[in-house]
Formats: sequence, structure tokens, C-alpha cells
Amino acid sequence: MEMTNGQFFVTTIDKFVRWAQKSSIWPLTFGLACCAIEMMNLVGPRYDAARFGSEVMRASPRQADLMIVSGRLSLKMVPVIQQVYQQMPEPKWVIAMGACASSGGIFDNYAIVQGVDRVLPVDVYVPGCPPTPDAVLHAIMKLKESIAQGRAKGGVMAREA
Amino acid sequence: MAKLDPAGLPLEHPDPRGYRVEAAEGDRMIISVGPHHPSTHGVLRLILELEGERVVNCVPEIGFLHTGIEKTAENLTWQQAITVIDRMDYLSPLSNNLAYVLAVEKLLGIEVPERARYIRVLMVELQRIASHLVWLGTTVLDMGMMSGFFYAFDIREAILDIFEEVTGARMNPSYIRIGGLANDVPDNFVQMVQEFLDRFPKRLDELHAILDENPIFLDRLKGIGAISKDKAIAYGLTGPNLRACGIDYDVRKAFPYCGYEEFDFKVPLGTNGDCYDRYLVRMQELRESHKICVQALQRLPEGPWQIDDRKIVRPPKHEVRENMEALIHHFKLVSYGFDVPEGEVYVSIESPRGEIGYYVVSNGKNKPWRVRTRPPAFYNVFAIPEMVRGELVADLVAVVATVDPVFGEVDR
Repeated sequence: MEMTNGQFFVTTIDKFVRWAQKSSIWPLTFGLACCAIEMMNLVGPRYDAARFGSEVMRASPRQADLMIVSGRLSLKMVPVIQQVYQQMPEPKWVIAMGACASSGGIFDNYAIVQGVDRVLPVDVYVPGCPPTPDAVLHAIMKLKESIAQGRAKGGVMAREA
Repeated sequence: MAKLDPAGLPLEHPDPRGYRVEAAEGDRMIISVGPHHPSTHGVLRLILELEGERVVNCVPEIGFLHTGIEKTAENLTWQQAITVIDRMDYLSPLSNNLAYVLAVEKLLGIEVPERARYIRVLMVELQRIASHLVWLGTTVLDMGMMSGFFYAFDIREAILDIFEEVTGARMNPSYIRIGGLANDVPDNFVQMVQEFLDRFPKRLDELHAILDENPIFLDRLKGIGAISKDKAIAYGLTGPNLRACGIDYDVRKAFPYCGYEEFDFKVPLGTNGDCYDRYLVRMQELRESHKICVQALQRLPEGPWQIDDRKIVRPPKHEVRENMEALIHHFKLVSYGFDVPEGEVYVSIESPRGEIGYYVVSNGKNKPWRVRTRPPAFYNVFAIPEMVRGELVADLVAVVATVDPVFGEVDR
């Protein structure tokens, strides 16, 4: 985006759309396990994700842009998480928060899906057990970066591919 | 037969109508609440049978967070199992640690030094305050008050700072170990805890000031979701949910562990067993826990913080570098662990949610043969139908919130 003579902007529609998308990512209140408590801290007074455009957590998937998969995903939860993801309007992004959501973590057993990327297209992985809210804020920043660069298409490309 | 996607995972979940609730008759309607619902406090699914706005029947469905923790613990050494047990009740991991560790120590027949015992009590009570604050924050949020959530989480941050300083982790610290603690507390520990304890009563007064005379908040709690004494006992309720009915049962008083008999504190009781009493009991428990913390900090003794048995606790790092025998001990402990004598024990303690018990069986090897948990929240969740029957749908939110379930613990 560039300013010409201080009068008007010249940009491509694509860039403008991406700027709009990245500036206001509302996460879905989707708590699974331990990480959900740290995710609650994310909107709490100390970390306050509202400063970065994630103004409010939405309880309904139809109003959310970002699913933070916070915790271990059990086999029984898989159909639920897929349905919730399908209910989110595009563009939509997924952050795998914590070791369990990223790779199954310490629970390499019969009950836990070994990484949420087996069932959903994940944009950013956050390590930690649980990650601190700072780490999740960093992940949101990274997500914004890749949206701005056109790398995170918000589930659209993932579906077409 | 459920459809499977390429990853081999089922794509459909069961139809609520076919799920244990009889098909609705006449004007009755069956709806499914959860597992993704903002006020189920995790991944609880409630299948409600409604007549207009009234709840006629309610069937909880659990298992959406089943992690296989008990089975995983059987494949870890006694000391390693603490890490997975941490992640059961993730709002009070230290209580889980303590109950499990006390059970194993009972099998081993060891007694930890005074300092370790006091630090354990102090940390567990701080954890109880933190856990009740999360409960308070989420409950007032469900009752439609965002500011209460901010207040509660702000206070909790100070406790998490202490945990981070002591254990290196804000949550799931695995700090309490068999034979003592993971490490001694840092030098600034006493000062940090003192500062927090000095500030806490005033912060708690603030919370009381915004909640106690708030008519909306009170209307949503008073007289809602009551459960009788007999029913509470029949359902196996423990913790604040049981004490809200007026039954004086607290494991800390009834079967003291960790030297709780030395501390001066009261067990707050309710009268009606409704949502408001559950709220009051927890608020008073915050003050009592504060009292215990103050006493524990005052009496915190100097001395060793773990037992002096190199077969169970690791030698300090400098010894490992200089001493051959210490190196052997270290290697043995991190690779094989230690054997625990054959036997079975049950130890229960008072977690923020109630009586958490561990039934531990050893076959004399370096891994537990069975680690069975008695999670308080599991029993509490199944009393929700009793509390919610005949109430309005909106009251369901208040009931679930004040019962304070944690699904890591319910589903394990």
C-alpha cells in the first residue's frame, strides 16, 4: 500500500482484502483442555489480545475467524471439531495451541489424535505444554504476517486442493 | 456403522434422540447442549428434554476429552507418571500431584521433611485460590458480567507468577515429587508470597463489592439448582458442592494429611445447597485458604526439602559431576526409576473440587500396575440432572457453572 501526494491510496484489491482480514481476527471460544485456561488468559487483563485486533472471543463458530485448538483432541471429539470448523465462514484459520494439538504431545496413546493437522488444515503451531499467552499472541502475529503475505488463504485453498 | 474419513476417524456423532433419552412426547423437545458450548466449561454435552422453557430431563454425556491418562501412567515410571497426572485436573495440577505422591509415599513408607511438607501445603492452598478464581471468573462471565472475569484473572496472575518463579511453569508444574519436591523454592519466594498474601484480602473485598449486591447476579443464583442433603450424599458429591448443602465434610479436617491438623481454619458451610450457597462457600474458602497460606508461610522451616535416600531422589548436580556413586544413582533413577514394594493403597485429599483419591497398585516393579483416580468432578457432573430438573433452560448455565466441573478430570 502506498500513499501518493498524501491524497489517495494505490493498492491492489488483493492486498486491501488481506489487510482487512488480518486486522480483525476474532477467535472462537473453543476450549478443550489445559490450554483453554491459558487461552482465557489471552483475553484477560494482562495479555489482552484485543490490542491486536482479536477484539472479542466469539462463542458461535458463525461469527469467528480463527479456531484456536487449545488442548488434546480425543477421537470422540473429531466429528465435533470438524462440524464446528465447517460452520465457520471463510476465510478461517486454525492455530494448533500446545504440544497435544500440534503432535499429540505426551499422550501417544489410543485416545488422542496425534496432531490436529490430521483432521484440520493448521496455519500456525504453538509449542508448549501449555504455551504461555505470550506465545499464543506471537502465533497470532505470525498468522497476521502470513495472511499479509498471502500464504495463509484462510481454508479456501485447502478445500480446493 | 459410522462413516470414516481417510484418516480412519468417525465423521458422525450419535443422534441425541437415540441417545438414552426416550423419544420426546407431545410438545416436548429434545435439544443437545454442547460439547462445544461456551457455558459447559469444557467439553460436556447435555441432552435436554424440554417442556417449553422447563427442563424435564437432562442426560450428561462425557468422554469428549478422554485421554487415557490412567493407562498412559501404567507405562511410565512412578516418578514420570506425575507429568500425566498433572494434566488431569488442569485447574489444580498440584492437588493431583499431591494425592498421587502421598499414595506412592505410603507404599514406599517414607515421610518427607518438614520444609517439603510446609511448601506442599502452601503451594496446594495457593493452587486452591487460583482454581477458585478461575471458577469465579467463568461463573460471573456466564452470569453476564465481564468485569468480574477480569478482576478474578488479574488476581490469579499473581499466583501464576509465583508458580512460574518456583517451578518454571505457570500451569502443570509437576512440582511435588515422590520424596519431596522438584527443587527448593527460590530466595525471593517468601517475599513474593508475602506480597501476594498482603494484597489478597483487599482484592477479594473488591470482588465482594461488585458481586454481593448485584441484583442480576443474585437473581440468577438464589434458590436455583438446589439439591437436598440426602441426594447430595447419594450422588457422591464432595467439596464445596457438598458443603453448600450444610454437610460438614472436608478431607483436610476428617482425615488430615500433610499436617493439616496443625493449621487453624474453618470449613465454610451453606444451608440450602443452591447455586448461591455454592458461590458463598467457595468465596469463604478463598479466605480460609488465605489463612492457611499465612500460617504456613510464617512457620516455613529451614532444612532439607527432600528425603535423603539416593535410591529415590536424584543427587544434586554437583555431586553427579564429582562422585562416581552419585552418577550411578542418577543414571539408575533417570533410566529405570525405582521399584515400589508390592501392595495397594488409597489416599484421598481435598482438591478445590472435592475429594480426589488415588488408588494405586504396585506389583513391585518400577512402573505402577494400576493408577485409578477418584475424580470429584466426575461425581459432581452427574448430580447436574438432579439440580436442573424443573428449572429454566437459562438456569442450567448457572448450575453447570457453580458445580465447577473440569473435564480433564471427568474424562481422564
